[in-house]
Amino acid sequence: MPSVLGLFQTADTAAAAADRLQASGFGPTDYEVLTGAPYPEGAFGEDSGDHRLFIFPLGGAMIGFAVGLMVTAGTQLSYPLITAGKPILGIPPMFIIIYEGTMLGALIFTIMGVIFESRLPNLTNDLYDARITEGYVGLVVRCEDDAQADTAQTTLTEAGAEEVKQQ
Amino acid sequence: MHERPRLTPIQINRDLLRSVLETPLVFYVLLLLLMGLVGGGVVAATLLVTYGLGVTGLNHPVFWGFFIINFVFWVGISHAGTMISAILRLSAAEWRRPVVRAAEVMTVFSLLTAALFVVLHTGRPWRTLYWAFPYDFVRGIWPDVRSPLVWDPSAIFTYLTGSILFVYAALIPDLALARDQTTGWRRMVYGALCLGWRGNARQWKLLNATGLLLSALILPVFVSVHSIVSWDFGMSLVPGWHVHIFAPYFVVGAVLSGVAAVIALMAVMRSLFRLHDYIRPEHFDMIGRLLIVVALAWAYFYFIDVVFALLSNEEAEYQVMKLRLSPPYLYLFLLMITCNVFLPVPIWMFRKFRRNIGLMVWTAIVVNIGMWLERFLIIIPTLQRRHPDAFAWGDYSASLVEITLVIFSFANVALLLLLFSKIFPVIPIWEEKEGHIWKREFRIGKLRLPAIVRE
Repeated sequence: MPSVLGLFQTADTAAAAADRLQASGFGPTDYEVLTGAPYPEGAFGEDSGDHRLFIFPLGGAMIGFAVGLMVTAGTQLSYPLITAGKPILGIPPMFIIIYEGTMLGALIFTIMGVIFESRLPNLTNDLYDARITEGYVGLVVRCEDDAQADTAQTTLTEAGAEEVKQQ
Repeated sequence: MHERPRLTPIQINRDLLRSVLETPLVFYVLLLLLMGLVGGGVVAATLLVTYGLGVTGLNHPVFWGFFIINFVFWVGISHAGTMISAILRLSAAEWRRPVVRAAEVMTVFSLLTAALFVVLHTGRPWRTLYWAFPYDFVRGIWPDVRSPLVWDPSAIFTYLTGSILFVYAALIPDLALARDQTTGWRRMVYGALCLGWRGNARQWKLLNATGLLLSALILPVFVSVHSIVSWDFGMSLVPGWHVHIFAPYFVVGAVLSGVAAVIALMAVMRSLFRLHDYIRPEHFDMIGRLLIVVALAWAYFYFIDVVFALLSNEEAEYQVMKLRLSPPYLYLFLLMITCNVFLPVPIWMFRKFRRNIGLMVWTAIVVNIGMWLERFLIIIPTLQRRHPDAFAWGDYSASLVEITLVIFSFANVALLLLLFSKIFPVIPIWEEKEGHIWKREFRIGKLRLPAIVRE
């Protein structure tokens, strides 16, 4: 599928271009806004979709809890050595290691979650321009055919794009 | 923040990538100096491993010396990253932006150094693994989970892993920037590390959500780490250590030393990488205000510890505290309390002094001298009077190997920070740019007031 990248010097011109794209029949999910810094959500009228990031730490915490429980209870039960008359499975000390395991699981899975939900690692050769990290705003329009790509190119050029690339 | 000068994204890129793309002469000078000191530490560590703990000053009954003092000290320093980064991120404190990465990275390197000292302290580093982690499947003998010495590795491992992930998550957009601004093998390395980051709206949304999530998750770990370190002492029956107040007292002390260390680090970064537009007097001002509260909280806990030991009518506790408050330890005690409270707090009270960067650096150094002494006074005099019978009392003086390794620890953290600054931007570039996006100016009457807009 062809795609078109328009580079804009300011956020305002990029937002105006996004409006023009929508007026030309492109939906909010048909284009992607690339910036070098986070803008408030919806600043360009784009739809970035829902995510399930918050489920990941929960899952990680459950796995970490289970591993922590296995490590503490499992090791003590496999070699039950009573020390100082204390119970083999002492809940307070076990809780500390289980707690750390739970938090570790949650932390690791949060990172896994953000990588997964951000569609990373991105190994595709999608349209991109290094000037985006210099303050330019990039609008990448995904088109179904060449005719739509031409429409997108014209729209972006008319909206004041400094440069338009097609792939 | 409010005093932030107006800068373009290209200027920000150029300024904040300078440490990565340019290598001034002073970098090589510092590198050589620090590598020399670290080399000295490697020699001392080799002697320690070869000849055992006999090369240290450790002897009955003082079996915890400079290594454990240094371990607690560096775990304390590591609390700066989370304190600065997570709490300020959650509370949307705008002044955090130039400070967070350096603080987070210092957390990682301090923790690594702290962990190294526990390993060295065992005298037999190769045995440490199966004392701490359950991996000895052949013999089926496991670490005793009832021991705080096993809780410690689990807490430090969690905190270290979390801190590394915290640093990495916030680094991804800057790695993409470095990819775009470099060529050749560097571009390939940065490209691989940034995982093909493009900077689309979804990625930014998720990154911001991750920052908040990680902050919320790492805060309870942050509290647990130094609490557990304090339980290395508190869970023992040693008079002077078996104190219920140790956990919060240690956490507050850790924050005090860590945040003070961030001041010194910020000043070095500002001067070394010419970051005057990014790390400004207002940042030192804000941290100074924070430190007043932390230092006074620490003083309160210390006071409670002393009062309870002296007035609880427990003879052993009383004798340990009496030893701490008698010469020669009295002089160290007075120096410590002066360094931690009496000298810096009055200075931090005045805005003019808080904005004097040189003065703030000196107070930061003074606080860390005080905090190192605090750990010394907790450990050494207590162990000298560990047993009630006078014939089992002993003394401790650190050996040259121990002193060299303490110097090594400071050089090691500084060297790792220097190397990090050569490979990665020390200020989060995307966060700095985000601050500029939110910056607005309001006119009220004849005044033009800078402000930050938040959602």
